[in-house]
Amino acid sequence: MKPPTDPSNSMSSDIQSKIADRIQAIPRSGIREFFELVLNAGDVISLGVGEPDFATPWHIREAAIYSLEKGQTSYTSNLGLLELRKSIAKYVAQKFSVAYDPAKEVIVTVGVSEALDLAFRALLNPGEEVIYHEPCYVSYSPTIYMAHGVPVVVETQAEDDFALRASAVEKCITPKTKVIMLNFPTNPTGAVMDPKELQGIADLAIKHDLIVITDEIYSELLYDDRTHPSIAALPGMKERTILMHGFSKAFAMTGFRLGYACAPPALTEAMMKIHQYSMLCASITAQVAAVEALEHGAAPMEEMRKAYWRRRNLVVSKLNGAGLKTFQPGGAFYAFPDIRSTGMTSREFATRLLEEEKVAVVPGTAFGKAGEGFVRACYATAEDQLAIALERVAAFAQRHRG
Amino acid sequence: MDALLDLLTKDSRLSVEDLAARLNLTAAEVQAKVAAWEADGTILGYQAVIDPEKTHSSGVTALIEVRLTPERGGGFDRLAERVAKFDQVKTCWLMSGGFDLAVVVEAGSLQEVARFVAEKLSTLGGVLSTVTHFQLKIYKQNGFLSTPAPDGLRLPITP
Repeated sequence: MKPPTDPSNSMSSDIQSKIADRIQAIPRSGIREFFELVLNAGDVISLGVGEPDFATPWHIREAAIYSLEKGQTSYTSNLGLLELRKSIAKYVAQKFSVAYDPAKEVIVTVGVSEALDLAFRALLNPGEEVIYHEPCYVSYSPTIYMAHGVPVVVETQAEDDFALRASAVEKCITPKTKVIMLNFPTNPTGAVMDPKELQGIADLAIKHDLIVITDEIYSELLYDDRTHPSIAALPGMKERTILMHGFSKAFAMTGFRLGYACAPPALTEAMMKIHQYSMLCASITAQVAAVEALEHGAAPMEEMRKAYWRRRNLVVSKLNGAGLKTFQPGGAFYAFPDIRSTGMTSREFATRLLEEEKVAVVPGTAFGKAGEGFVRACYATAEDQLAIALERVAAFAQRHRG
Repeated sequence: MDALLDLLTKDSRLSVEDLAARLNLTAAEVQAKVAAWEADGTILGYQAVIDPEKTHSSGVTALIEVRLTPERGGGFDRLAERVAKFDQVKTCWLMSGGFDLAVVVEAGSLQEVARFVAEKLSTLGGVLSTVTHFQLKIYKQNGFLSTPAPDGLRLPITP
């Protein structure tokens, strides 16, 4: 579990011992490990990214530039610009049918990542448990752990297309459970939730008096006329839910680092306490850009969504055609092919694909043990590149059919 | 817009199979739809978008504002269609505002454009006046920037 030490530094073992035990115990992200292999491989087509290939739409960038020209370079209120919080409340009400008070129930953060950290630190006493589902985004478990909580995994199953079952969550509930953490559509699988199961999870949260944190970062990127109810909108849930969302994926604003959390006033206040001492506020330039995105970004977002939809169709049909069984993901921009027909582990598959065909995918195990036998292929890549990459993957799969 | 039409507008060189894979259609469905659109004039043609600076073309392009006298019964249509028929005319729009037709003309030289305006356009009955603007530089055409944004700004692997 320990991160590798640097042998070139003779002091390294001494310095290493100075690092806090609980931080030493955290493994490096599986993605970061793979990152170095990819960098050394040279000219690679990467399906390993976790961000849009589109630059932020120009009208949003232009709004950020204009704010700089005007000299808007100050701090904002800890919670974020009121104008932005009002836009967020309006957008969330329209999109998820949940009404939040922009004055007391919305906090603007540096990405959903910070919002998660704030929420766990605000909620968890040492030893309290958070149930989350794997395969999932790499930061959930370490963030819970760093907040002195205990991460409790529910593994989602390939036969359910990696959707979560309420019955599986129920089995993990103990007297120490405090939070259930959801992320649908899911990174890395693209899975979406069945509304019945979502209601089942809401029932569990109410019955056992639990908090639900829902990471809605991919909720705009849904395909085939699918709708995506947020658990926050179900009866009795708003008062026990922290809804988290951001601008990175739908508006292609990853580098702006901007997200938000909507939660009951007491929870928002608790998160704000941590935020004000650790972060103060999110960048004003990003906040101004975000207002533009929410108020005028619907059409460019829809264009990007349509492009992802076309790419998803292409990727899923080509991967299945290559003998790598891939379910049709309902959202996000990831396909999660089953690579067991090659007889390789996820890591072997990804490493050899990189070496032999110069295509980067991320081993499913980077997202939890349940990802073994799968790899994540991100289709947020230009279609011509995607087509070449898929041909190479098909040739590779052909060669290595087990 | 239909998703197939939308995609053809972005890239008309994709094969029938490639179009089908991107849109969850069968190749036969794509073929049938495209054939129907070609037959009924929904799809008028397919073109490459070329940057003339790269071809070192010596041709000139002009935007000509034309004011017309509308006619009883037909309005501007008869005259506009007559103007549009000239080979030099690449685009011809009826406009709101201070003039009636916006006519984009391509020709080999300034003189050819001048001759077209003086001899063909201005002499048409019903043409009241023309104002000719010559194109100096193209920054964007048909949605394509002349200097596209650079690729490869992303890290190859991100969380």
